[in-house]
Amino acid sequence: MSAEYQNIFTRVQVHAPLYPGVPVARGSQEREGPPLHVHLLGLIGDAQLGPIYLGWFGVASALCFFVAFEIIGLNMLASVNWDPIQFVRQLPWLALEPPPPAYGLKLPPLNQGGWWLMAGFFLTTSVLLWWVRMYRRARALGMGTHVAWAFAAALWLYLVLGFIRPLLMGSWGEAVPFGIFPHLDWTASFSIRYGNLFYNPFHMLSIAFLYGATLLFAMHAATILAVSRFGGEREVEQIVDRGTASERAALFWRWTMGFNATMESIHRWAWWFAVLCPLTGGIGILLTGTVVDNWFLWAVKHHIAPSYPAVFDPVADPALAAGVKP
Amino acid sequence: MTAIAPGNRYLVGCGVALLLAGCEHPPVETVQHGYRGTGMVEVYNPRQVASLAPDNALPEPIAAASAEGPRAREVFKNLRVLGDVSVGELTRTMSAMTAWVAPEQGCAYCHAAGQDLSVDALYTKVVARRMLQMTQYLNSNWQSHVAGTGVTCYTCHRGHNIPAYLWFTAPDQAQANRAMGNRAQQNAPAASVGLAALPNDPFTPFLLGADEIRIVGGTPLPTGNRKSIKQAEWTYGLMTHISEALGVNCTYCHNSRSFASWDSSTPQRATAWYGIRMVRALNNDYLAPLTATFPTPRLGPSGDVAKIHCATCHQGVYKPLYGASMLKDYPVLAAPVVAPPPPVAEAPPPADSAVVLFGVGSARLPADAGSILDALILNLKSSPDAKATISGYHSAAGVLAQNQDLAKRRAFAVRDALHAAGVPVGRIVLERPRSAEANLSGEDPRARRVEVSIH
Repeated sequence: MSAEYQNIFTRVQVHAPLYPGVPVARGSQEREGPPLHVHLLGLIGDAQLGPIYLGWFGVASALCFFVAFEIIGLNMLASVNWDPIQFVRQLPWLALEPPPPAYGLKLPPLNQGGWWLMAGFFLTTSVLLWWVRMYRRARALGMGTHVAWAFAAALWLYLVLGFIRPLLMGSWGEAVPFGIFPHLDWTASFSIRYGNLFYNPFHMLSIAFLYGATLLFAMHAATILAVSRFGGEREVEQIVDRGTASERAALFWRWTMGFNATMESIHRWAWWFAVLCPLTGGIGILLTGTVVDNWFLWAVKHHIAPSYPAVFDPVADPALAAGVKP
Repeated sequence: MTAIAPGNRYLVGCGVALLLAGCEHPPVETVQHGYRGTGMVEVYNPRQVASLAPDNALPEPIAAASAEGPRAREVFKNLRVLGDVSVGELTRTMSAMTAWVAPEQGCAYCHAAGQDLSVDALYTKVVARRMLQMTQYLNSNWQSHVAGTGVTCYTCHRGHNIPAYLWFTAPDQAQANRAMGNRAQQNAPAASVGLAALPNDPFTPFLLGADEIRIVGGTPLPTGNRKSIKQAEWTYGLMTHISEALGVNCTYCHNSRSFASWDSSTPQRATAWYGIRMVRALNNDYLAPLTATFPTPRLGPSGDVAKIHCATCHQGVYKPLYGASMLKDYPVLAAPVVAPPPPVAEAPPPADSAVVLFGVGSARLPADAGSILDALILNLKSSPDAKATISGYHSAAGVLAQNQDLAKRRAFAVRDALHAAGVPVGRIVLERPRSAEANLSGEDPRARRVEVSIH
């Protein structure tokens, strides 16, 4: 018999009357229903689908996303001569490239990055509208706006990469292509061009928060699953009224590492780690090329990069040797 | 309850197999060659190394010939290379070349059957002679790359008429001139760059042209390095080719914590530096001038001659033929050649295009413009219907409007020079200014060129 947490699917499906949601100030005229039960959804979450709220911001956001998606997808399809088979085979390699650097911030011809600018405009509009929708839905439900601000942290990184930094560098060509492998090649080239991003302290912080967030997530999720037999998944109640699940979980961490987060503070830890990952990462990207040109030399200058004993005979740059063959 | 039902187990097995299908199976071997903790290791797959071994076995050398007796040029006619060696040595070298390059066709691959040996009836003979000169030139002038090991015809040919690894300039992608779908010379699974989405012809700018490969700045803070990330992708493409061609990692030459630093690089990086220059010189001085000699089916999609890159000799191995020297058995292939001998073409045809390079920020005709334009003017005068089209280029760096104005004034300077030489203005067509290719830096004189072509 395996333990409950070893199953990735939820073992219990609640079959309850369909629930339209809490009453809110503006009524429910914009909720699309009626809700229905989906067994497969119940395996990974709540079995009830709907009611859905889209609203004007949601509609506008979805439209803008569709336009960007089409511009990118049709350009990729055109790049393989409209061959659907090659489109599928080569999809990971295909991309919509930003303009050549020669155009600076000028409007380039459509097929020289103009499509990229349009796709970027619509995608940016789409995600910003989606942010507004998230903020307003949270407000409508009387919730805090934590989700919207966490999303805003991700938008900060997105805007730095595709808008703010290219603007400061004076060239749209500095921005990221839309494509699966191409954006990875861009990332490696970005690091190489600016002398190794690993020596960028904000990149270091971003990585620490990235891995830290996953570690906290694993610790917290494991803790809650481990005490779910004592009602541990009812976390919010246990914040104000510590039951046996909360006591056991807290004692477990005090035993193992001498300190425990509370049922409430663990979520603050997780939220801040997750949010600081793109926040610090965005700062690191923003400084690259604008303020620092070679992160390795910057790290040498500030005694961050260590020096190692010489192993090879000294190698001189042949380009500097006098009278050298070209 | 078991962890995974049998049906699911099968699915999971298939999934894992699919995920790993593109991977090499372990174990691999690593060899440390730098200071501990710096990641300076070479990773080898012993099974791949074993599979390459038979391809890199040396053919038996032909028994040495007497150096005595009459010189080859006293016996044979039309002998423009190897004339100073003995008849025995020449015959021996010819036998070796036949075994290395045309084992199936034999002598008749180059020497037309039924004709005198001296007749240059087949293009293969003209090319072979030029390749002999090239081999002598690089063995005696590029020891910075080939050391004393040197190369022979076999290094590249390996028993085939045409070496297995060559390159042609990639033709223009049709989509780039349409309304959408521009691939920007990259974003395709190209073998030339190890199936990455990097620019897939890094050879034309770097191994034929002399575009700047270095993109990393030399100071911590910005001090005027205008190289773009897109330029970095071109350099990355070239480096990926070198890595694939030699079967080595980046760390064979670089300490990857700083690709640019020479003081943490291995000695192999300097060897590679000379190798890039050597390949560039051979492509420009020996292969490109043979374009007219080759028949059309042997030329590339844009009418260019097959050219060499790192894989042509290395063929997946860190040193061609694992560093074994065949040259020591055929020393005539290392006969010193002081400078590249003149190309095969007897007289250069009247030029139908010319390129004038201007100084930074200057629209003044350079001193050498007269000699550059002479052949073109000659051609214009001999065909009275032809028109000359002038296109001015400018650097990608700086203010666009100023650059365009500069490119225009440069084009005017060339037009005035043509007019002064007697070409009527009506036969000169001016095109609007163009920005140089993204991978040309502002410092590259070719970013500041004016092109003239005759139609």
